[in-house]
Amino acid sequence: MEYTLFIMLLPVLMFLFLGLAGHKLRPAVAGILGCCSLGIVAILSYYAAWQYFSMPRVNGIYQPVTVFNFEWLHFTDKLHIDLGILLDPISVMMLVVISTVSLMVHIYSMGYMHGEKGFQRYYAFLSLFTFSMLGLVVATNIFQMYLFWELVGVSSYLLIGFYYSKPSAIAASKKAFIVTRFADLGFLIGILVFGYFVGSFNFETVGAGTGFGGAALLGDAARVMVPLALGLMFIGGAGKSAMFPLHIWLPDAMEGPTPVSALIHAATMVVAGVYLVARMFPLFIDYAPEVLHLIAYVGVFTAFFAAAIACVQTDIKRVLAFSTISQIAFMMVAVGVCTAATAHEGLGYMASMFHLFTHAMFKACLFLGAGAIIHAVHSNEMSHMGGLRKYMPITHITFLICCLSIAGIPPFSGFFSKDEILTACLEFSPVVYWIMSIIAGMTAFYMFRLYYGIFWGKEARHEHTPHEAPANMTVPLIVLAAITCVAGFIPFGHFVSSNGETYDIHLNTTVATISTCIAVVAILLATFMYRKAEQPVADMLGKKLRGLHTAAYHRFYIDEIYQFITHRIIFRCISTPIAWFDRHVVDGFFNFLAWSSQEGSWSIRNLQSGRVQQYAYAFFIGVIALVLILLFVVI
Amino acid sequence: MEFPLISFVIVPLLMLLGLWLARTINQIRGVMVAGSSILLVLAVALTYCYLSARSAGVQDEMLFTSDMAWYAPLHINLTLGVDGISVAMLLLSAIIVFTGTFASWQMKLQTKEFFLWFTFLSLGVFGFFISIDLFAMFMFYEVALIPMYLLIGVWGSGHKEYSAMKLTLMLMGASAFLLLGILGIYFFTGAQSMNLVEIANHLHMDPKMQNIFFPMTFVGFGVLGALFPFHTWSPDGHASAPTAVSMLHAGVLMKLGGYGCFRIAMYLMPEGAAQWGGVFLVLTTIGVVYGAFSACVQTDLKYINAYSSVSHCSLVLFALLMTNYTACTGAILQMLSHGLMTALFFALIGMIYGRTHTRDVYKLAGLMKIMPFLSVGYVIAGLANLGLPGLSGFIAEMTIFVGAFSNPDTFSRTCTIIATTSIVITAVYILRLVGKILYGEVENKEYLKLTDATWDERFAVICLIFCVAGLGMAPLWIGNMIQGSVEPIVNVITSSL
Repeated sequence: MEYTLFIMLLPVLMFLFLGLAGHKLRPAVAGILGCCSLGIVAILSYYAAWQYFSMPRVNGIYQPVTVFNFEWLHFTDKLHIDLGILLDPISVMMLVVISTVSLMVHIYSMGYMHGEKGFQRYYAFLSLFTFSMLGLVVATNIFQMYLFWELVGVSSYLLIGFYYSKPSAIAASKKAFIVTRFADLGFLIGILVFGYFVGSFNFETVGAGTGFGGAALLGDAARVMVPLALGLMFIGGAGKSAMFPLHIWLPDAMEGPTPVSALIHAATMVVAGVYLVARMFPLFIDYAPEVLHLIAYVGVFTAFFAAAIACVQTDIKRVLAFSTISQIAFMMVAVGVCTAATAHEGLGYMASMFHLFTHAMFKACLFLGAGAIIHAVHSNEMSHMGGLRKYMPITHITFLICCLSIAGIPPFSGFFSKDEILTACLEFSPVVYWIMSIIAGMTAFYMFRLYYGIFWGKEARHEHTPHEAPANMTVPLIVLAAITCVAGFIPFGHFVSSNGETYDIHLNTTVATISTCIAVVAILLATFMYRKAEQPVADMLGKKLRGLHTAAYHRFYIDEIYQFITHRIIFRCISTPIAWFDRHVVDGFFNFLAWSSQEGSWSIRNLQSGRVQQYAYAFFIGVIALVLILLFVVI
Repeated sequence: MEFPLISFVIVPLLMLLGLWLARTINQIRGVMVAGSSILLVLAVALTYCYLSARSAGVQDEMLFTSDMAWYAPLHINLTLGVDGISVAMLLLSAIIVFTGTFASWQMKLQTKEFFLWFTFLSLGVFGFFISIDLFAMFMFYEVALIPMYLLIGVWGSGHKEYSAMKLTLMLMGASAFLLLGILGIYFFTGAQSMNLVEIANHLHMDPKMQNIFFPMTFVGFGVLGALFPFHTWSPDGHASAPTAVSMLHAGVLMKLGGYGCFRIAMYLMPEGAAQWGGVFLVLTTIGVVYGAFSACVQTDLKYINAYSSVSHCSLVLFALLMTNYTACTGAILQMLSHGLMTALFFALIGMIYGRTHTRDVYKLAGLMKIMPFLSVGYVIAGLANLGLPGLSGFIAEMTIFVGAFSNPDTFSRTCTIIATTSIVITAVYILRLVGKILYGEVENKEYLKLTDATWDERFAVICLIFCVAGLGMAPLWIGNMIQGSVEPIVNVITSSL
C-alpha cells in the first residue's frame, strides 16, 4: 500500500507550490489545482480504506499495517522520532473523514472565497493543514503525532488570522495558538514522562491501537508514572478538543473564513484530542482507568456548559462553535465511560469514533450552510436573518437535515451514533446517562432555535434580496447532507471497535425511545418559542432569568478570567517586574561596577598631577613613614 | 584523507589583504563575496571530507590534525583538528559570514574599514573553532572580541558608545577569568602541552583545584554564552550593533561561549563540573525562563530578539550541564539552530530598520502589506524561534528536553519541566510581535512609499531560510555527526564521577 505515501505528499507539494509560486498564478487556477490534488487524495484514501477493510482478518482483528517508517531524529537507541504511516481501523477512518471534508471545503471555497485577496495563500494554507492533519492521524509513534499536532496548530493559526488586517482576527489567532500551546506543554511533558518510563514512543511497541495485542507490559515504576503521563497527554488533547477550561479559543476562532471553521474547527482538528485518547486507549484501559473516567467527567461538564451557552448566543457561527464543543465532549464522555476493552464494556470507544465520523459530516455541512447564509446576508447575527427559506431552498433543506441529525432524530446519522453513546453511558452509570440525555435534548433545542431564527421568524430587511449560493457551494452541502442521511446505516462496529473484533450495532430500544422523545419534545419547544416572528415566551424567559441569560451570553465570564490572568498577572506581575529587574538590578550592578571604577579613577587621578613639589612631598612623607616603621615595628 | 584546516585562517588573511588593496566599492564587495564564498565552499568540503572519513571508519577523536610549534618554551603550539562539533560550528560560521556579507551590501559609511574589521572578526571565529590548543583558542577568542568594540562604536546605532564599551568590558572581564582558568589547567595538570585532547585523556587535575578553576572557566565562557546574570551586555550590544555584526555576534560568537564551556571547562575539569553543576543548572534554568519573560514586554525589536537569545542560549548551557549524549547533542543542535534563526531575525530587523528608521513595535504596523517578502521571512523566523516542527528550533529543543528528562534525579527533572515552559512564553512574545508589527492596517502613511527587499537582501534571507528549513527537515545526518563526537567528551566527563 505504498501509494498511501501520495496521500501525504500531494498536499505538502501543493502547499510548497502555491506558497512559493501561487502569487504568479490566476486565483482560479490555484483553486482548481488545490481541488484536484485534494480530489486525488480523497480517491486514494477511499481506495486505501476499501483495500484495508477487505484484507482478511487475523484472529478476527484487522491487522495494523505499517506502510513505511524511517528514523527522522535520533535521541537514544530506544527513543527516536520516526516518520511513517500506520494504517489501522481508526487511522483509515480518519483518512476518509479528513479527505472527504477537506475536499468539500476545497470545492466550496472556490465559491465562498471568490474575489478575496490572498486566494492563493488561502489554498496553500488549506493544503498545509490537510497535510498536517493527515500526518497526525497516520502517525506511527507519539512523537510524530506531537510533531504534526504542532503543525496543525500553526495552520489553524494562519487560517484563523487569514484576514490579517482585522484586529479581532489577529487576536483570535493569537489566542487559539497560545491556549493550545499551553495545553501542548502538558502533552510534551506527558510524552517525556511516557518515553522515559515506558522506553519507547512507538505505538506498536507500547501497544497503542487495536490489533497490537493489548498494551505493553510495564514495570512497577512505569505503572505508577504512566497514569500521570496519560493524564498530561490528555491536557494536550483537551486543549485541541476545546474541553473546559481550555475551550476559550474555539468560539473566537470563528473569526477565520467560514469554510476553515467547517474544516478545522468542526470536523477535523478539534477531534484530534478524542483521537489521541482513542489511540492510547489500550494503555488507558489497562493502566489508567481512573484517568479515563476523569476524562468522562470533564466531558460531561463541558458538554453541559457549552450547550447552555449555545442556547443564548446570537451569532450563528458561535452557536455552532459551542455546539461543536458540546458534541466533542460527547465523544470524550463516550471514550471515558469504557471500563474494559471487550466489545460490551468498550462500547463507548466504538460509539465515540462513530459519533466522530457522523458529527464531522453533519457539522461540516452546518458550517458550510452557515457560510452560504453569511455570504447571502453579509452578517453573522441571527437578527439580520429570518425567513431565508424562501430565498435559499437548498441551503435550507440541507441545514434542516443536519439539524435533525444532530438533534438525534431517526433515521439520520446522528441518531445512531448518539444512541450508542447514551447506551454506553447507561452501562457506566445511570446518572451520567440521564445528564447526557438532557444535554442531548438541549442540543435539539438550541439547534432548532438556530434553525428557526435563520429560516423562519421575522424577516429582516435586506439591502438586496438574498439569493441561493452558486453551484460550487451548494454541491458540497448536498453531498454532506446525503452522507448524513445514510451514514447511520453503516455497520460501523464491523470496522472499528475497542478490541478490533466485529461488533454488531443493535439499538437499545429503551434508550432510543427515550432519547427520541426528548429530542422531539425539545424541537417542539423550540418550534413553539421561536417559529413565529413574535417570540413572547422566549422574551419573557429571557427577562425572568436575566442574570443567568446575561452570564451565559457572556460565556460565564471565562474569557474575562483568562484576560485577567494573562494581562494582569503574566504581563503586569511577572514580565514587567522581570524586565525592570533586569535593567535596574542586574544591569544596574554592572553599571555600578563601571561607575565605581570610573569614580575611583577620578579620585586617584590627582595623584598623578605632574607637580614635582607634590611628588617630593609624598616621597619625603613616605621615607619618614618607612623609617618610623623600621624603628618601631621591626626593631 | 587530508584537509588543510589552516586555510580557514589563510582565506580571511587574504581577504584582509584584498580589502586593503581594494579601491572601489565594487572591488570591496568582490573581495568579500569571493572570500566568503570560498569559506563556504571550504566548510562544505570539510563536512563532506569529515563525513566520508567517519564512514570509512576513522575512529580518532580529532581529524585532520596538524601541529606547528609556536613558542616552544611554554609548549604553545598551533594545534589544529576538528571533530563533528567543530565541523558543525565551522559550517554555521561560514553560512553566517556569507549571508552577512549580502546583508550589509548597502553599507555606505567607511565600507572598507567596516569589512576589514568584519573579516578580522571572522578570522578569530574560524581560528577558534579549528584549534585544539588552549592558548591558540584563547588568542583567537580575543581576536574575535576586539573588533566588536569598533564595529559597534563606529557603525552602530542608538547608544552605541555606551553599548560598545559595556560589551567589550564585560567580555574582557570574562576573558580575564578565562585566562586564569586556562593557566590553572596548564599548571595543575602538569601538562607538557596545551593540546586539550591530550590533557583530557592522559592527565588528571586535583579535584580541589578543579573546584577553583572550573567556575572561573565556565563563567569566563558563560558570559559570552549569555549565562544569567552576566547576560546584560547582550540586549544593549545587539541593539546597537549594525546588522551583519548582530548576525555574526548572536549567530556565531555567542556559540563560542557554549562551545568553550563544553570543550574546555567541562571536558578538562569533570569533577569541578559535577561539583558546580547544580549551581549553574539553576542559573541557566532561570536564564531560560527569565529571558523569555523579559522578551514579552520589550518594545524594541532588537531587544526582544536579544532577550530571546538569552533564553535560547541559556538552554544550550542548560543542556550541556545535563551531561548525557542526547542533551549535549541537543545543545550543539540548538547552537546551530539558534545561530541560523537569530541571524535571520537580525538580518530582517536590520532590513526593516533600514526602511522605517524605527524599531519600536508600537510605531510599526501592517508591514505585511508594504513589504510582504520581509514579513513572510519574519514570520518564518518567528515560527522557527517558537519551535515549529520542520524548522530548526523544534529538533534542537526536543532533543534537549528528551535528553534532560532522562537524567533520573528529581532536581534535573524539575529544572527540565521549568525550562519546557519556555515553549509557551516564546509563543507569547513571538505572536505578540508578529501581530503588532506585521498584521493590521498601516498606521503611518509615510510607510506606504517603502519598498520590499532588494535582490541582495532577498538572497541573504533565502539562504538562511533554506538552512533553517533544511536543518529542521532533515536533522538526522547532522545529528548523528554531532552525537558521534559528543560521545567521547561525555564519556570523559561522566567516567570520572
